[in-house]
Amino acid sequence: MTGSLPTLTAMAENRQDHAPATGQRRSTVRSLLRLWPYARAVRGRLAISATAASLAMLSTLAVPVVLGRIVDGPLAERDLDALWPLVGLLLLLGLIEAALFYTRRVVLSRPLGRLEAAMRGDLYAKLQRLPVSFHDRWGSGQMISRATTDMNAMRLFLAFPLVFLVVNSVTFLAGTALMFTQDWRLALIVLAPAVPLFLLTRRFESGYSVSSRLAQDQNGDLATVVEESVLGIRILKAFGRHRSMAEHFREQSHLLRRTELRKAHLLANLWAVIVGLPEIALGCALAVGAYLVAHDELSAGTLVAFLSTALALRWPVESLGWLLAYANEASTAVDRFFEVMDEPEPENPGVATTLGAPDGIRLTGVRFRYPDAPEGTPDLLTGIDLHIRRGETMALVGATGSGKTTLTALLPRLYETTAGSITLDGTDIRELPREKLRELVAVAFEEPTLFSATVRENVLMGAPGADERQLASALATAQAGFVDKLPAGADTEVGEQGLSLSGGQRQRLALARAVVGDPPFLVLDDPLSALDVHTEALVERALREVLGSTTALVVAHRPSTVLLADRVAVLADGRIEAVGTHQELLRDCPHYRELMSGEAALLPEGPFVPNGGHAR
Amino acid sequence: MTTTVEPANAGPAKAGRAKAEPVEEELPAPPADEEDIPVPPGAPRALLRSLLGPHRARIAVAMVVILVQQAALQSGPLLVAVAMDRGIPALREHDSGPLIAVVAAYLFCAVLSPVLQWAFIKISARVNQDILLDLRGRIFRHAQRLSLDFHERYTSGRIISRATSDIDALRELLSEGLQELLTVFLSVCYISVLLVVLDWRLGLASLLSLLPLALIAHSFRTRSRRVYRRSRTAAASMIVRFTETMNGIRPVQAFRREKANDAAFAVVNQQSSGANAEGFLELARYVGLSRTAANLWITGIVLLGAYLVTEDALELGVLTAFVLYLRRLFDPVDQLAMFLNSYQSAAAALEKIAGLLAHEPTVAEPAEPAELPQAAGKGREVSFERTSFAYRTGKQVLPPFDLLIPAGQTVAVVGATGAGKSTVAKLLARFYDPTDGRIRLDGVDLRDLATPELRRGVVMVTQESFLFSGTVAENIAIGRPGATREEVEQAARDIGAYEFIAALPDGFDTDVRKRGGRISAGQRQLVAFARALLADPAVLILDEATSSLDVPGEQAVQRAMRTVLAGRTAVIIAHRLSTVEIADRVLVMDQGRIVEDGSPQELIEGSGRFAALHRAWRDSLV
Ligand SMILES: Nc1ncnc2c1ncn2[C@@H]1O[C@H](COP(=O)(O)OP(=O)(O)OP(=O)(O)O)[C@@H](O)[C@H]1O
Ligand SMILES: Nc1ncnc2c1ncn2[C@@H]1O[C@H](COP(=O)(O)OP(=O)(O)OP(=O)(O)O)[C@@H](O)[C@H]1O
Ligand SMILES: [Mg+2]
Ligand SMILES: [Mg+2]
Repeated sequence: MTGSLPTLTAMAENRQDHAPATGQRRSTVRSLLRLWPYARAVRGRLAISATAASLAMLSTLAVPVVLGRIVDGPLAERDLDALWPLVGLLLLLGLIEAALFYTRRVVLSRPLGRLEAAMRGDLYAKLQRLPVSFHDRWGSGQMISRATTDMNAMRLFLAFPLVFLVVNSVTFLAGTALMFTQDWRLALIVLAPAVPLFLLTRRFESGYSVSSRLAQDQNGDLATVVEESVLGIRILKAFGRHRSMAEHFREQSHLLRRTELRKAHLLANLWAVIVGLPEIALGCALAVGAYLVAHDELSAGTLVAFLSTALALRWPVESLGWLLAYANEASTAVDRFFEVMDEPEPENPGVATTLGAPDGIRLTGVRFRYPDAPEGTPDLLTGIDLHIRRGETMALVGATGSGKTTLTALLPRLYETTAGSITLDGTDIRELPREKLRELVAVAFEEPTLFSATVRENVLMGAPGADERQLASALATAQAGFVDKLPAGADTEVGEQGLSLSGGQRQRLALARAVVGDPPFLVLDDPLSALDVHTEALVERALREVLGSTTALVVAHRPSTVLLADRVAVLADGRIEAVGTHQELLRDCPHYRELMSGEAALLPEGPFVPNGGHAR
Repeated sequence: MTTTVEPANAGPAKAGRAKAEPVEEELPAPPADEEDIPVPPGAPRALLRSLLGPHRARIAVAMVVILVQQAALQSGPLLVAVAMDRGIPALREHDSGPLIAVVAAYLFCAVLSPVLQWAFIKISARVNQDILLDLRGRIFRHAQRLSLDFHERYTSGRIISRATSDIDALRELLSEGLQELLTVFLSVCYISVLLVVLDWRLGLASLLSLLPLALIAHSFRTRSRRVYRRSRTAAASMIVRFTETMNGIRPVQAFRREKANDAAFAVVNQQSSGANAEGFLELARYVGLSRTAANLWITGIVLLGAYLVTEDALELGVLTAFVLYLRRLFDPVDQLAMFLNSYQSAAAALEKIAGLLAHEPTVAEPAEPAELPQAAGKGREVSFERTSFAYRTGKQVLPPFDLLIPAGQTVAVVGATGAGKSTVAKLLARFYDPTDGRIRLDGVDLRDLATPELRRGVVMVTQESFLFSGTVAENIAIGRPGATREEVEQAARDIGAYEFIAALPDGFDTDVRKRGGRISAGQRQLVAFARALLADPAVLILDEATSSLDVPGEQAVQRAMRTVLAGRTAVIIAHRLSTVEIADRVLVMDQGRIVEDGSPQELIEGSGRFAALHRAWRDSLV
């Protein structure tokens, strides 16, 4: 038991199958430029911040000058009266500098907070609107890491490195110009490393951004493992498998560690060169300069001035290392952000607001395959023709995995049909705005996913604005009388995913959620599977009243659920094999008989026939 | 500026202590979350110490390296001065020796410093990553150890945020903050020494300035602590919302929750970024204030120096040098701000993490694990003794009851929904410990069994079938890691899942995607079932394990169960009474009580609830 779970280790690779091709990576700058639509709102503030930083730099440079004046002037001449104005100036400069330091940060803090919130809000909004098939493909941890770690990287970049990138470049250019005026020969020597440095940073950048991207992806994978391990905690506990999961997590985090070390390695190399080359050049300049001074080709004062300028440029050059690292991380974060934002949202051309004649639900030649199904596999639904008359309840029966749930997901357009059409009262569902369509079609999913909110909120989700009476009647229909016995009645929190309720309680709330707004079209996916016989009968009786006025498609496994329906459709091999009443089908459709009684399956077995005798 | 001074002169081990210290000054640490998980005093500090402890040697090496590196770097200007003062005059005398020596020394430093820098980055990255790896692992393992009642209220989102965004905060501190702190500290030390050497009176007067600066830093820390804490909590709530929406994307879309969710998310989102912004504001204030203080001090020192010079108590040249160096004493203020920022944020994060780690599971591993006696057959005897149970949030769900299930018996548990069937099952699987009384397996209290031993004894297929992303084979193999492919396939065959799995695009190697979304609900149940079969436990609990199957599929499973359950103790919860036919005994539950208990035949022939239930069920059949 202490051993690892070897088979689980392969999951790492599986999670990565969506990893983007790094080959298509944009350059750092181009990626960062994509931030512009968001940065626009703060461009003024950014400019102020950069200006303040530059001015602060200037005032920092001015202070030694004033100090020099004080020493050379009043102090050398013991002239205390002349001292005061200069000390006053010094004080003033100091205060201005402090104010600039303050300003540089203060102007950005709130706007950057807003920017971060805006980006994250957009990401969230986008994700909510992307089709379910997108969510099928991506590990949720990838999205979490985009919303947190990546967002942080971008905000940090805008807060400091961007400003410094500007300020330091300006300083560097100004310093360089100054050095050239002081002595062009020495300046050339000092600047000689610029070319190799430039080439090197470019190489660094490409290498680093690959690693940075990888680290971000691995961070996301790690978040996915954490999430899965917590959501699946019951399974892990039930089998005592937390050690194997921890082992799996450890491997994943080792991968991340390796990438982070690779990043550090690249950064260390860059830093070494960025710090070393200019220093060596400076050493050479010192030698040459001293030689020139000794041969009176250069004044000692100029050399001192030159060298102090060169030393002052140390920081702007050195800082390039981490500024580049920040920029790269931000740029890959931007890539990851826009990877989601660029995902096409399902277009929504529908404008129809009213339905046509009361025709019910009509599926014509509907074909479907999952977008991620491998090439060459046949379609899952291969031409469904089905008509559910207005006010009729149709049961959908089929073997496990025959595609019932898939079919029901097509009605509210959670997935898009590959071919064929579905009409509601004569109106093609693609002509309806999604919002409207989903208002018309209410669904109870086979897994009753509730949210950590109160019972009331969970149920009324189906019909915002519904009143207390409607809530009560929906709960009554679903036989959810247990709600009154909960600690706070309908205001009881149901816990994450509703897991502080029993299975049947959850299912009844999900049912209430579907029926609450009296929707004209209702899709119920195996809505009674977790109910006992008595409760089931009660729910059925209540449901029948509701179903009298709605057009409904009810997925059913059990004869008892089928009895809810007026007619039954049998789904097999991606088609509707037969439609008819329960009795007709029992008589005429062997497949249906098998599905309902299991008889055919039992025949060869012989000895064990639990319900054979009860068949009518 | 005491913050900068403490750690480095106290050595790495104490550095840890110093860093954790603000966590528990004056203000008692508040509960880690709304969920009032208390952070024991000193826990963050102890955590940090235990994280840094194993790396003491490497941290020391890194410090030495950076010390020498800074010396090499700082000697640059010094060497330039020497070159000017000595080298050039000597060269004029046609003695190039001194200049060559100085330039050589300069070049040596120019090479040494980057090499050391390189080494430092490499060493510290290793230390950082090892610490993070360690901490991540601890959070993960601890979260796995914690019991279900904890997870039910803490929520997955919060644990994710501990393991991701809180770790991020710490990573930031480790990767940048510490290096910053070290260089700041070193440069302050160098310059302080220089100043005192230049002129001790002015030097001491200058060093006095560290006092107000330390006060300002301290006040920043106390003021911002609350902000940073809020920022961590807000980030967690944001992640909670985020994950919940993504996990429920179908209902979210089907019930048009997008706009309402946008609005709700905006609230937590703004709280989170607002707290961040607030932290930045505090930081700006700190920087502005400390700069002001530093610059005032400089002016003061200049005045004092001027006075001394006019009194002829100080040489002019010394004053010049002095004030220039004095400026550099205060240069790191800005850098220190960066450090303080990541430091405060990491301290808040560490506090949250420490709170989580300090939380002990209510369903604890036994201190002295007992062994199960050698079993006679495949099954084991289960006995509930005066067992009662209440969930943390609610009333008593199960009033005290006794129940003895002899080894090898198959017991069906039926009853209305919400009667407490799953609760009994979860108690037997030790997801929770009973509020009162005990549950014994072959006479051994479940609480005395270590997890591996317990899971050899009892395994449960839960009502919610959950698959992990990964292949079908991997998911089945969770039942018994190390099972061969043949065994996995055999388990699938036994319950009739083989055909559908083989028909998947990659057969047993098909990735089922998150939560098994790539296969249908019934298929998920079959996989979950196969998993339990593979585990081969003495006591098997099946909670509604066939509810989503079609009738033929269910019958196939039942046929399989006859052989599989032979000799084993089994507790089967089912609403479809067909299951009952394979049971030796039926328990009927109502409102937490066992109201009927007997063999199926007895009960069906009687006139109790079960008889009525059975009749109704029979009528519902075709
Ligand atoms: N997201 C998906 N991507 C690819 N294939 C899928 C996906 N979801 C389901 N499938 C496949 O499509 C088939 C039909 O699945 P569906 O969930 O519609 O079955 P079902 O009829 O509802 O079965 P059940 O009775 O078990 O609920 C299954 O074989 C499954 O493997
Ligand atoms: N985690 C929990 N926290 C608080 N209350 C709970 C929790 N789980 C279940 N309950 C409550 O305990 C009672 C018994 O639930 P249990 O899950 O045991 O019912 P059940 O008999 O399995 O029902 P079903 O047939 O619907 O699955 C219910 O009223 C339920 O609301
Ligand atoms: Mg289904
Ligand atoms: Mg249950």
